[in-house]
Amino acid sequence: MSWRRFFLRQQSDADLMQEIELHLAEEMEENAARGMSPEEARRQAFLKFGNPQRARENLWQQNTLTAIDNLWRDLKCAARTLARAPGFTLVAVMVMALCLGATTSLFTIVRAVLLKPLPFKDPGRLVMVYEHFHGFSAGFDYNEVSPADYYDWRAQTHGFEDMAAWRWWQFNLTGEGEELPEVVHAAAGTWNLFSVLGVRLPLGRTFSEAEDHVGASRVAMLTWSLFQRRFGGNPSVIGQQIRLDANAYTVVGVLPRWFAYPDTDVQVWVPYASVSTPELLAHHDFHQSFVIARLRPHVSLQGALSQVKAIQLQLHMQYLNKPVAGDVISRPLIDDVVQDVKTPLLVLLSAVGCMLLIGCLNVANLLVARGAARQKEVAIRGALGAGRLTLIRQQMVESVLICSAGGAIGMLLSLAATEWLVGAWQGLPRAEAIHTDGAVLTVSCALVFVAALLAGLLPAVSSTHKSAFAVLQDSSRSAKGSLSRTTLRRTLLAIEIAVTVVLLISAGLLFKSFLRLRTTDLGATTKNVLTMHYGLSRRQYDKPEKVVAFNETLLDRLRNSPGVLAVGLGSVVPGAGYGGDYVFAIPEHPPLKPGEDMPDALYRMADPGYFSALQIPLLSGRFFTAADRLDRSNYVIISRQLEQEYFHGENPLGKHLHVAWNDAPSDYEVIGVVGDTLYQAGKASKAAMYFPVLAGPLDRDFTVVMRTASDPLVLSLPVQKTIAALDPSLPVSDVLTMEQIIGQSAETTSFSATLVLAFAALSLLLAAVGLFGVLSYIVAQRTAEIGIRMALGAQRDQVMCLMLGDGLRPALIGLTLGLAASAGVTRLLQSMLYGTRPLDPSVFLLVTAVLLLVAAGACALPAWRASRLDPMQALRLE
Amino acid sequence: MAKKNQASAEMLKGTLDMMILRTLLTGDAHGHTIAKVIERTSEDVLEVEQGSLYPALHRLEDRGWVSSYWGASENNRKARFYRLTATGRKQLTLQVSRWRQMAQAIALVMGDKAWVEGGDE
Repeated sequence: MSWRRFFLRQQSDADLMQEIELHLAEEMEENAARGMSPEEARRQAFLKFGNPQRARENLWQQNTLTAIDNLWRDLKCAARTLARAPGFTLVAVMVMALCLGATTSLFTIVRAVLLKPLPFKDPGRLVMVYEHFHGFSAGFDYNEVSPADYYDWRAQTHGFEDMAAWRWWQFNLTGEGEELPEVVHAAAGTWNLFSVLGVRLPLGRTFSEAEDHVGASRVAMLTWSLFQRRFGGNPSVIGQQIRLDANAYTVVGVLPRWFAYPDTDVQVWVPYASVSTPELLAHHDFHQSFVIARLRPHVSLQGALSQVKAIQLQLHMQYLNKPVAGDVISRPLIDDVVQDVKTPLLVLLSAVGCMLLIGCLNVANLLVARGAARQKEVAIRGALGAGRLTLIRQQMVESVLICSAGGAIGMLLSLAATEWLVGAWQGLPRAEAIHTDGAVLTVSCALVFVAALLAGLLPAVSSTHKSAFAVLQDSSRSAKGSLSRTTLRRTLLAIEIAVTVVLLISAGLLFKSFLRLRTTDLGATTKNVLTMHYGLSRRQYDKPEKVVAFNETLLDRLRNSPGVLAVGLGSVVPGAGYGGDYVFAIPEHPPLKPGEDMPDALYRMADPGYFSALQIPLLSGRFFTAADRLDRSNYVIISRQLEQEYFHGENPLGKHLHVAWNDAPSDYEVIGVVGDTLYQAGKASKAAMYFPVLAGPLDRDFTVVMRTASDPLVLSLPVQKTIAALDPSLPVSDVLTMEQIIGQSAETTSFSATLVLAFAALSLLLAAVGLFGVLSYIVAQRTAEIGIRMALGAQRDQVMCLMLGDGLRPALIGLTLGLAASAGVTRLLQSMLYGTRPLDPSVFLLVTAVLLLVAAGACALPAWRASRLDPMQALRLE
Repeated sequence: MAKKNQASAEMLKGTLDMMILRTLLTGDAHGHTIAKVIERTSEDVLEVEQGSLYPALHRLEDRGWVSSYWGASENNRKARFYRLTATGRKQLTLQVSRWRQMAQAIALVMGDKAWVEGGDE
């Protein structure tokens, strides 16, 4: 009812005016009829009626909702005040837009990646179960599971509804017709995997139990992207055959579009057992699978896990001389998916949070400055009867307006920023789930509100303090009343600078780690080296001789290409990842006591030219030769770390390593020791053993390494043509220079380091602007004082020092606070740092220097201006 | 003048609505007529502050006790006429009885028995 009145009050007022007019006219007529002169008739009518304006006002008030009316008036007033200071408004709105936009973007990503439940059925009950080695050095905490362990767990425990397993795989996908061959990342999953996850297929079906056996008919499932990309989204692909590693696989199903587990690279799924042999599946020490388990309702994870633990301990005791873990460990599936990005994301979120805080403080600071300029206005309003709450409300409306405008622009910015972030961040899990939705909008609206409160409340409260009215009392000498305000500004500024320092130091540490990572010495050359990967299928290259023949022909051709300095062939090059490890024994040494940890090393393959191509130094013995091939190849080259860890000073040459390959144990004679290499930049080095590539059958995945005279990427196309000429159906993948390989492992670090650095730089800029503003304000406040000082004989440089000191004091306090806070905060960054300590003195020093420089720069102009004041004018000013 | 006005305004407070409704009982009227009727029937004792009449009329309309329409005045001017609604009629009865009770009670307190008996016919 009253709402209607409120909005119709214009109409109601118009009606009233007409009524009044009529009333007065009638009255005048009556008066005239009584014989009054027209003048008198008019006068008497008005006398009797009273003030028409008051009647209108009465009605207007009667029709008004006071709160809304006041708010509207405040809004209008605030908008006008802001429009009168466009410079201030623009700066404040842009600051808030940047800060709110960045915060919204990061929140969007964090919510989608870390907070949203996985898109599976009842995802809270899904956990990953890993083997857990006690006593081993770090790296075996969450160890991949052996197939036989998984089968035992599934058969003998009851706490989980079901357990499923999968492992990474890779196929050469060749077309039936003209399509180019390509390497596709694949995964092999047990038949029940998709029911454990609760995934329904849009097309076809999942694997049946019968298909998940060695030697069963070959079937495959396509992911949505491969289905669209290679098969044009044609549903008739179900039942058709595709060629994987030259074998025909029948497509039985297509996974839904949103399905991106374990990552978006996986294109094809095949049954778990189909990529194995019965012997491999019976192994308890062949760690390559990931186990997902679905907890039974009303069963605790502890309870369910304890059954698995019991079985694993039993297995461990049964295979004491094999690397079978004695324990298991689990973590929720979602933690498993996001483990690599959780810390970086939280760090980034905190960084934008800090930036938002700085932005708010900055706007608060600007508002305090404006509050000082409007002191008289506020005082007059107060004197005319505005209550304190009214005054505060009026100023708050300004900050709400600034923040809302900033928030609106920020929201648009964040849409673009989120898209850019998701595109630029390689390997961000669950990137497909990221989009702005209602929840994000709600949160950003809340953020706007909080920001407005943060930025507006303090200035508003301070500028409406009782002392503010003092300006009216002693005419214009107002320096006294604003003393507390100056203190407030300094405090705000000190906090702003402290937060900036924390951000800068975090950014500095991350950036230093990133630089360290980029320039890591892998133990091999990274300059002008091109690598590429290929895998020879078991079907086409069924005999070791064929594999060796292909490799040798290829290497020969490459060696003779122009621009190539050296060529080598290996399995996994330094920096390209863990690759795989194997346990071994040294027959010359006394046998291990039961329970003692087995020697364990990365296993690699190398041809005679591999080490010289990568410039890995030979420390003793010899490299492989072309003669170490096929059945005359029981030789091994070890890394220095292996020598140091397991030979303890004795000469390893001539000793043997006993390796129990898939139940075909062999002894290998140590013929050489080479320098250590890192398997991944940023990870600790690990002992490695190299077996001759020319042995043939060990593995079928190879990496060619070419050291060239100039830019190696120029060679990538000719080399691929050379390979295509040898085998047109053989796809080549991962054509990368060594520098790119290192870059890949530094990807997340580089990304977060760059972003945090950007945020820190912005914050520094904001802090500088704040510093500049505060000092300008102080100078303006003290103009008269400076004039007096100068009139009394103060030198210009003395005045400058005085003002500089005034400005630098809050900077110094902020710096000290910031350094102290950083000492605590940076510890949280530890897991993201590489080769850099959380208290790295160089970073702390650099940040201190930069901050002091920027602070001095920001203070210089106002201080210089103060020193240039003309004392006569300064004194006359007030 | 000012003093008199104030006194009458005070007295009218709360009773203006009732009197307006009572006036409209005899037929639709516009603001000027209403003011005139009240003044005349009170034998010029009650002088409506004419300015406050209109907000009161709008308030009554808002409550749904009167309704309004535009018509022509006796002198053929465009005027807004007010009409008593059914709710208004009920309200009037209610207010009048309450007023009577009040007046009687005050008279009792003042010891003016004769007036009470006289007025209660």
